[in-house]
Amino acid sequence: MSQFARNLQDQVARAEKGGSIPTDTPRSIIQIQNVTRKFGDFVAVNDVSLTIYEGELFSLLGGSGCGKTTLLRMLAGFETPSSGRILIDGQDMTHIPPFERPVNMMFQSYALFPHMTVEQNVAFGLKQDGMPSAEVKKRVAEMLDIVELSALGKRKPHQLSGGQRQRVALVRALAKRPKVLLLDEPLGALDKKLRERTQLELVNIQESLGVTFVVVTHDQEEAMTMSCRVAIMNQGRILQVDTPHAMYEYPNTRFVAEFFGSVNMFEGILVEDEADHVVIDCPELSRPIYVSHGVSGREGGTAYAAIRPEKVALSKEEPADTSRNCSTGVVQDIVYLGGESTYLVKLDSGRVVRVSLQNAYRAAEPEITWDDRVWISWQPSNVVVVSS
Amino acid sequence: MSKRSPFLISCMAFGFAFLYVPLLLLMIYSFNDSKLVTVWGGFSTRWYGELFQDDQILGAARTSLVIAAMSATLSTILGTICGLVLARFGRFRGRTLFSGMITAPLVMPEVITGLSILLLFVALEQLIGWPEGRGMTTITIAHVTFTMAYVTIIIQSRLGQMDESIEEAAMDLGARPLKVFFLITLPIIAPALLSGWLLSFTLSLDDLVIASFTAGPSSTTLPMVVFSSVRLGVTPKINALATLLVSAAAFCIVIAAIIMRRAERERERAIAKAMAEQEQM
Amino acid sequence: MSTELDPLTGGATVSPAPGAAATVAEQTKADAPPPRPKHRLYRVLFRGPLALRGRGLVIAIPYLWLLLFFLTPFAIVLKISFAEFMVGVPPYTPLVEWVDDTYLKITLAFSGYKYLLEDSMYVNAYLGSLRIAATATVLCLLLGYPMAYGIARSSPSTRNVLLLLVVLPFWTSFLIRVYAWIGILKNNGLLNNALMGLGIINEPIEMLNTEFAIYIGIVYSYLPFMILPLYTTLEKLDGSLLEAAMDLGCRPWKAFLKVTLPLSMPGIVAGCMLVFIPSVGEFVIPDLLGGASTLMIGKVMWNEFFQNRDWPTASAVAIAMLILLVLPIVGFQRYQLVQEEKAREGSK
Repeated sequence: MSQFARNLQDQVARAEKGGSIPTDTPRSIIQIQNVTRKFGDFVAVNDVSLTIYEGELFSLLGGSGCGKTTLLRMLAGFETPSSGRILIDGQDMTHIPPFERPVNMMFQSYALFPHMTVEQNVAFGLKQDGMPSAEVKKRVAEMLDIVELSALGKRKPHQLSGGQRQRVALVRALAKRPKVLLLDEPLGALDKKLRERTQLELVNIQESLGVTFVVVTHDQEEAMTMSCRVAIMNQGRILQVDTPHAMYEYPNTRFVAEFFGSVNMFEGILVEDEADHVVIDCPELSRPIYVSHGVSGREGGTAYAAIRPEKVALSKEEPADTSRNCSTGVVQDIVYLGGESTYLVKLDSGRVVRVSLQNAYRAAEPEITWDDRVWISWQPSNVVVVSS
Repeated sequence: MSKRSPFLISCMAFGFAFLYVPLLLLMIYSFNDSKLVTVWGGFSTRWYGELFQDDQILGAARTSLVIAAMSATLSTILGTICGLVLARFGRFRGRTLFSGMITAPLVMPEVITGLSILLLFVALEQLIGWPEGRGMTTITIAHVTFTMAYVTIIIQSRLGQMDESIEEAAMDLGARPLKVFFLITLPIIAPALLSGWLLSFTLSLDDLVIASFTAGPSSTTLPMVVFSSVRLGVTPKINALATLLVSAAAFCIVIAAIIMRRAERERERAIAKAMAEQEQM
Repeated sequence: MSTELDPLTGGATVSPAPGAAATVAEQTKADAPPPRPKHRLYRVLFRGPLALRGRGLVIAIPYLWLLLFFLTPFAIVLKISFAEFMVGVPPYTPLVEWVDDTYLKITLAFSGYKYLLEDSMYVNAYLGSLRIAATATVLCLLLGYPMAYGIARSSPSTRNVLLLLVVLPFWTSFLIRVYAWIGILKNNGLLNNALMGLGIINEPIEMLNTEFAIYIGIVYSYLPFMILPLYTTLEKLDGSLLEAAMDLGCRPWKAFLKVTLPLSMPGIVAGCMLVFIPSVGEFVIPDLLGGASTLMIGKVMWNEFFQNRDWPTASAVAIAMLILLVLPIVGFQRYQLVQEEKAREGSK
């Protein structure tokens, strides 16, 4: 994450806690207020409220059909909310048609005009505003320069590679200097290698121009790498809005924990509920789970404990404290992933737990191998209790 | 089964012979010197000469061409609007009737279309005095009505294939819907427009039945002349005319196919080049 | 495109919050030229309670055209079919009359329809049309299927040439193509001459002015309409399906019957309908190739109208023909709708 994003994050965090010096407060650029969109009986977006701040790269993350694209299209003006309001830069935009909104969109299919050259594509929006042609020319050259496509200005879209088209689509949408750029799966059509490189490029452009980006994506890694903040959507609702770090370490629901990275989820009964710790009894584990923070559950109720695979320790020796936060099992399978390996440990209860270990040494003989009897354990601070 | 069996090959050979032998015979016998169309009397182009002396045929050809050009243009405009409405406007009141009225002429027997529209003209003339008698205007209106269905289908399917987000992108960049249509949609679907125009032109040029119903005494079209002389028997002059018509159509189609093939190849080459450049990056 | 958008006048007309809209529009369109002055006509057409807003206007133009020139004519045909023939201009009795300027007299004559049922000629013509069209459709399918199959199985470059060859006759005059067969089929025509020249027959076979000639004419004229939809479904057919069937022990012929044939059903139905429906009402082919004795309904109607000048009977024949064709047409459209739906679901 860049310095800029980190600053903004701090500012957002402070602003939301309510105590901060006014000059530092980030300005909200988009306010979505109780927006619902129905298609017949189907509720695509369900009572969503959201604030996006100026200059941030905000991601809407979710599986297909979760409503993220509909929400983005409502920001662009291609869909009208069934109820609720959308404010862009303080103005009510709920019923303003797309051609009068100060936002631009980069389409998943890029939607380049096939009968126009790259230059004409980039100039299109400027001409609609009646910008003088000399100025249009200057701006187009400037924009193409940003993405290093100046040499290809006279080509038609079908004469470009996928990556080049993606960049044309990006600068075409940026040419009008919109207040907000909406990106619908901007990297979805690229192959994996190109995608990784383009992610960084996109972030660099966003920061150097200072434009607010709202990105729709289904790829949690992409959201994690690029975003200042992420909103996770499911079935038309926003489940959690947070920085990638907070989203990963402090998911608030089972769905978020499972969607954003991989996780071991344990269902159990809350047997001890104190202000500074809780204890969960999980039948799949031989020992109770001790969590070193309080939760808002009630004693005797069902609780879900989430433990990330890399936060589980694996050893052949018994851990120091075997009264809690550990269990034993047999290594069922090892998935080698290069930088790390994932061990699938089958506990005595039959439950399989994923454990990730760094492969820090090249020649090292793996200490633990198939069918070994092992202990798994974790720190009390590494467990997150989530709601269903 | 990727190889074609002898059975398939012979079926295809028979089928194509069936399609083309009659036309070829027709063309060969147009150069027959004998007045008896089925007896070969030596090579001659005299029937072509006589054809170009025949004022009735030439006049009818001119009438037909004018009607075909007018009705093709009008039906392309109306058909494009219909295609746009069906492909892009979603639901509106009366849509079912609208799409029904568009597709019905496709399957309607020509005799019915011709009779009904003639009766409309007669009723209109009684009621408001228009159209005064029947002639090229009435034929054109009738042709537009039955050819616009074809244009609509062509445009609608082209718009269906087109990525709608291209139009959305234009709107997003500040173009109003009407401008989007003229700056973006129309240029992209231009080839479909052209094929729609050509199809209506051909259908209009070719139509006998509807024109017979809606024509007046002063507006005899080419198919009507051909029909009345063919009814009297085979004449070498009609053979000559047929040869010209078939050759003209074949020529246009083959040229169009070659141009399209070439454009397609060009496109493929450009894509291949762009891909190769990407590899080098 | 969202359906709320307004193609002509833009979304400004549908915006319930014009104030907010204006400020933004001013901000983003600062460089835009001032709006053109609006004429009075413009105001009448586009503003006020009876305004034709852009979207409505776009729909209205073709809609009105079709209502006037397609739907109204059928109402008139229906009306005239209930009139009675009389000598005059127009040659039928009025249906609705003012008698003494006081009351309306409506005369419904069913004579046109009575004819149709009483005179066996009409009934025979209807049945004859259906029989001939059905037979010709089957013949067309028998010839068209292997051709379409063969084209779909060829290499892409030959495929394009062959398709072009199928489509090309469609672009040449229909009348000319029917006419070409007269010279071939008549008594002293090319086919009889050739057969006699080869010594196969001694005297000419009567071919022109028979039902055989009509079959030839229909198959010849409508073959492209059969081949194209068949080709489209056969071309989409995944070749590996057949390979899978054969791999699982199916013999080629059986694989064809169990896999290819059922999967090409949509093409078969479409092709048959495209041949059958227009064939029923065909006029040119029975008139030129079938001779005087053939009875097909299109020809009967033509004669009724042009020779007998009996407009009411011609209209009644037309209405009856329409009723006859409504079932297959509606059935066909239903079928296609279902197929499209399936295709759309499949592509999701």
